[in-house]
Amino acid sequence: FAGLADVSISEDIPVEGEITVPVGSHSPDEDYSTLDEPVRDTIMRDLKAVGKKFVHVMYPKKSSALLRDWDLWGPLVLCVSLALMLQGGSADSKDDGGPQFAEVFVIIWFGAVVITLNSKLLGGTISFFQSLCVLGYCVMPLTLAMLVCRLVLLAGSGTVSFIIRLIVVLAMFAWSTLASTAFLADSQPPNRKALVVYPIFLFYFVISWMILTFTPQ
Amino acid sequence: IASLVMYLFAEFDDAANLLAANPDATTISIDEPTEIPKKQHGRLQEPGREEDDELLGTDDSDKTELLAGQKKSAPFWTFEYYQTFFDVDTYQVLDRIKGSVFPVPGKNFVRLYIRSNPDLYGPFWICATLVFTIAVSGNLSNFFIHLGKPTYHYVPEFRKVSIAATTIYAYAWLVPLALWGFLMWRNSKVMNIVSYSFLEIVCVYGYSLFIYIPTAILWIIPEKVVRWVLVMFSLCLSGSVLVMTFWPAVRDDNRRIALATVGTIVVLHALLAVGCLAYFFDAPELDFPAPIIPAHNGSTVITKSQ
Repeated sequence: FAGLADVSISEDIPVEGEITVPVGSHSPDEDYSTLDEPVRDTIMRDLKAVGKKFVHVMYPKKSSALLRDWDLWGPLVLCVSLALMLQGGSADSKDDGGPQFAEVFVIIWFGAVVITLNSKLLGGTISFFQSLCVLGYCVMPLTLAMLVCRLVLLAGSGTVSFIIRLIVVLAMFAWSTLASTAFLADSQPPNRKALVVYPIFLFYFVISWMILTFTPQ
Repeated sequence: IASLVMYLFAEFDDAANLLAANPDATTISIDEPTEIPKKQHGRLQEPGREEDDELLGTDDSDKTELLAGQKKSAPFWTFEYYQTFFDVDTYQVLDRIKGSVFPVPGKNFVRLYIRSNPDLYGPFWICATLVFTIAVSGNLSNFFIHLGKPTYHYVPEFRKVSIAATTIYAYAWLVPLALWGFLMWRNSKVMNIVSYSFLEIVCVYGYSLFIYIPTAILWIIPEKVVRWVLVMFSLCLSGSVLVMTFWPAVRDDNRRIALATVGTIVVLHALLAVGCLAYFFDAPELDFPAPIIPAHNGSTVITKSQ
């Protein structure tokens, strides 16, 4: 072991850290065990996270909160409510009616998965579920548009109602596309941004088309 | 091994420059064990044919040809393998679309635009766009045709989307598969100079479908003459891209087989266009009124007087 005698750490490399193992009481905000808290707190925390993300979609800024803590509750709720609202359309003949519940569900989820795969294959740095989360949450303006359309259709289904519906759906479609682009575009390589944005545009266009062509019985 | 090869190419820059100056020189490329054999097959046969090499005019095209073959070496169960099929930039996709819409006579689409970098982005998303364009335009066109009629009730016809999707994706994948299999079989019998990989054929077919997207939008116009003129026009453009791509691959073969192959390609392409027009777009009404017959499922059907 003679050669080890001159092994030493040079003076200018700072060595720092803790070698004591902390025992005893922790500070309240670290290592919070969620097993002992009341159920209401658990549910409210998740609901607040979902609600915060909805607000982020309403005012899309380049914030990383939506991306960091992804969850799929919001997209699920939006997808189910949109698919439910698209039911009850003109279904006098099974073949020519609007989309069935399963079709809307599959289009939204399968479409989101395909777009996510597309952006990852093109070299995007966003993770799979983060992208699904963003695409799902940005369906919210279109769900609002569907709600408005159903209300307008209750009043009547003439040309005026069609024009109102068209304007509302167009505005919400633009909002959805811009919101999701604001969140997703940064994670793409710069010379492929258009290649990633176009499928998102197509996705929301198809959903908008389904909303606009909804005609009640 | 890949980094060693890249290092060698960087060192021997002179060799690459010499090669660019004299594209007919025989090239020796170092094989990697996992290299896809058909890529080598296509490239080794290239230096013999001058008409096909006329497109390799830029200086770095040979370099990219030689270097491009090294990248597809990831095993097929990794994600990186599939990323190599999406290795295109925006301007490349736009260039390829432009090349499919404005075919330059004598230039081969595969050699000029694809250049050993076939991508799956173009075919997939062009087919997806085409599916929805045809479904939406067909729906819109039927709406406008039947607009004034008092008994017409608008239906979104959502079922047709799945039918359109099945047809177009089947065409874009099964026909290239059949064509590739056929060309491979002929290749084993007759030594063809030009041969394409399966992905390059899928690429050509996918990009050649692009012209149908604006055609489908213009089919909303409810005039029979306009629609058929559009069919002819788009068929000529995309058909010529396909013909100019595949003619060099079969021309060394038996004359009749070569003509039959190219003829089948064009006929299938035409069938797709005409079939979509017939199924998704109702015929525009003629001027004189026709009797209305209530159909058994409750919706009315207006007979078309021919």
